[in-house]
Amino acid sequence: MVREISYAEALNEALREEMEQDDRVIVFGEDVGVFGGVYKVTKGLLEKFGPERVRDTPISEAAIVGAAIGAALAGLRPVAEIMYMDFITIAMDQLVTHAAKIRFMSGGQVCLPMVIRTQYSLGRVHGCQHSQFLASWFLNVPGLKVVLPGTPKDAKGLLKSAIRGNDPVLFVESGVLYSWKGPVPEDEYLITIGQADIKRKGSDLTIVAFSRTVREALAAADRLSAEGIDAEVVDLMTLNPLDVKTLVGSVKKTNRLLVADDSTKTGGISAEIISRIVEEAFDYLDAPPVRVNSPDLPVPFAQPLENQYLVNADKICEAARRMVH
Amino acid sequence: MSVEAIDEIPAEKYQTLGLTREDFLWLLRKMCEMRKFEERVERLFFEGQLIGPCHLYLGQEAVAAGVIKALDDEDFIISTYRGHGHAIARGVPFEALMAELFGRKTGTCKGLGGSMHSAMSLEHNILLASAIVGGGIPIAVGVGLALQYRKSSRIVAVFFGDGAVNTGAFHEALNLAAVWKLPVLFVCENNFYAFSVPHKKSFAGESIAARASSYGIKAYLVDGNDVIAVYTSGKDAVAHIRSGCGPAFIECRTYRKKGHGVYDKAEYRPQNEVQEWMKKDPIERFANNLMQLGIITKEEFETLNMEIEKALDVCVEKAKAAPCLDFSELWKLVYAEEEAHYG
Repeated sequence: MVREISYAEALNEALREEMEQDDRVIVFGEDVGVFGGVYKVTKGLLEKFGPERVRDTPISEAAIVGAAIGAALAGLRPVAEIMYMDFITIAMDQLVTHAAKIRFMSGGQVCLPMVIRTQYSLGRVHGCQHSQFLASWFLNVPGLKVVLPGTPKDAKGLLKSAIRGNDPVLFVESGVLYSWKGPVPEDEYLITIGQADIKRKGSDLTIVAFSRTVREALAAADRLSAEGIDAEVVDLMTLNPLDVKTLVGSVKKTNRLLVADDSTKTGGISAEIISRIVEEAFDYLDAPPVRVNSPDLPVPFAQPLENQYLVNADKICEAARRMVH
Repeated sequence: MSVEAIDEIPAEKYQTLGLTREDFLWLLRKMCEMRKFEERVERLFFEGQLIGPCHLYLGQEAVAAGVIKALDDEDFIISTYRGHGHAIARGVPFEALMAELFGRKTGTCKGLGGSMHSAMSLEHNILLASAIVGGGIPIAVGVGLALQYRKSSRIVAVFFGDGAVNTGAFHEALNLAAVWKLPVLFVCENNFYAFSVPHKKSFAGESIAARASSYGIKAYLVDGNDVIAVYTSGKDAVAHIRSGCGPAFIECRTYRKKGHGVYDKAEYRPQNEVQEWMKKDPIERFANNLMQLGIITKEEFETLNMEIEKALDVCVEKAKAAPCLDFSELWKLVYAEEEAHYG
């Protein structure tokens, strides 16, 4: 059975189901308990699982991530929330220098089954300190898995896998997608972390997207199709480690690569993806790869300006047309 | 909440503590092991046989010995980059520690950690040795959270220096541990220098212990060069934590005999200050007290040290002869799930 629920509801179901199945799963973070999460992803969990398992924390991001590490080291499966991705900066030492390194530097003595959930509010008119998309930073951090679901179905299946896995996962949600409804199976399912998903098959060009840009890329592909351009949409879903194999396979088939990336252009995720394709599939390219990024600017507040800032279907279509014609 | 101060405990009072002769000898042996191990490590660095960052525990032996004696073997420890002493007190074999310093696959961390992480040993319930000042403190709070959630009687002790108490992580962690009443023992080894910067130039406030008590945490201010004073405060603190009243904090005032790292000659310290502290050597003080009480003779003490030296000779040779990991094996250690590697 498949029904339509929102991205936030799908995440909530994932948390609820995993907490029901495994008492090692605990949830904590700022306002996740009584308030149910600022975007309601943890709604109802406190009532169902009680204050031992669902905890409101002080505003202490380093302590939240640190506590997740310690709890994982001592045998729990914590899911901690950092309310906005911007606030991850305050916990960078814990995430990058501790969570991502402890297994390796211990010679494999320990594993860290922990999830840090966070979201980026790009597209929600939140100004430049509440809209940053910082995922590209973590491409440079071996040891941390970085997962970015782009649909309600993927959000649920990937979060369940992240909770059950034995590695630290930075799970980045898109604030703009929380209210987006989509088909989600009622039966239990998992989605493998580390594999990209071909969301739409096509033969003329590959559009690589993730998180918020998946929706834009799919909308663009529909429009391009009406113009006779058949785009394939690859949703990366996991950024670290990167599923290079699926990317290369798609580009070898379509011979053109466009990346729709919410990162700012310089040093963004698209830079890495294009490099990989140039390294591994250069001979298959019929046109130079193209990226559609956020510009190298802090995110402006005014809505008309933020709208111009955003990667959207119009910009993707325009770039695709230039590549194909 | 007030701070409880525990000064030097005179030898006459030892008999009233409930410790056996074996307990006293254990404390002495552990401190001598730390001393001899570190002296050997220092020599190996000066000879160029060891390389990389290394921070010696020389002078601070009473803290690790006293606190770890007050814990059960089942209790967890979070250590630091100055962690050899913690590992030795917990019984991590010389051989594995030394091999780690040489970067060998027989080391505690298979040679991937080095000195700064060498105290990590799951087998000995040392869950982490962090090389970031203050970085282990919030992690200990998470261990405490897991123990509380599991209704375990185990506790977690986290060691850190006086430099760590000026980090944000320290304050976030203490507050959270106090708010959630977690079973965490915070142990500050106040050696009065954060690298080269003296405590009085980097620390505002009356004492580190007073900072902890301002979070409502039971706090002790202890002569950290007196192993019995450290042990006594540790016992008290552990009993407080196990009764479910939340965390406790011990500030041990001690002094490092040498610089911050092996390369540091510590010329920034005034000579009169150094001399005053050297008179308070924790091992000499304790050994003299034990001799005064007739628990050990001078000859036995010398024999003990010779035995340790011999054991070190063996482990250095073994470490030098051991191989490193193959580079190809590193990929397996990044993630628990190996398929996560795509290169």
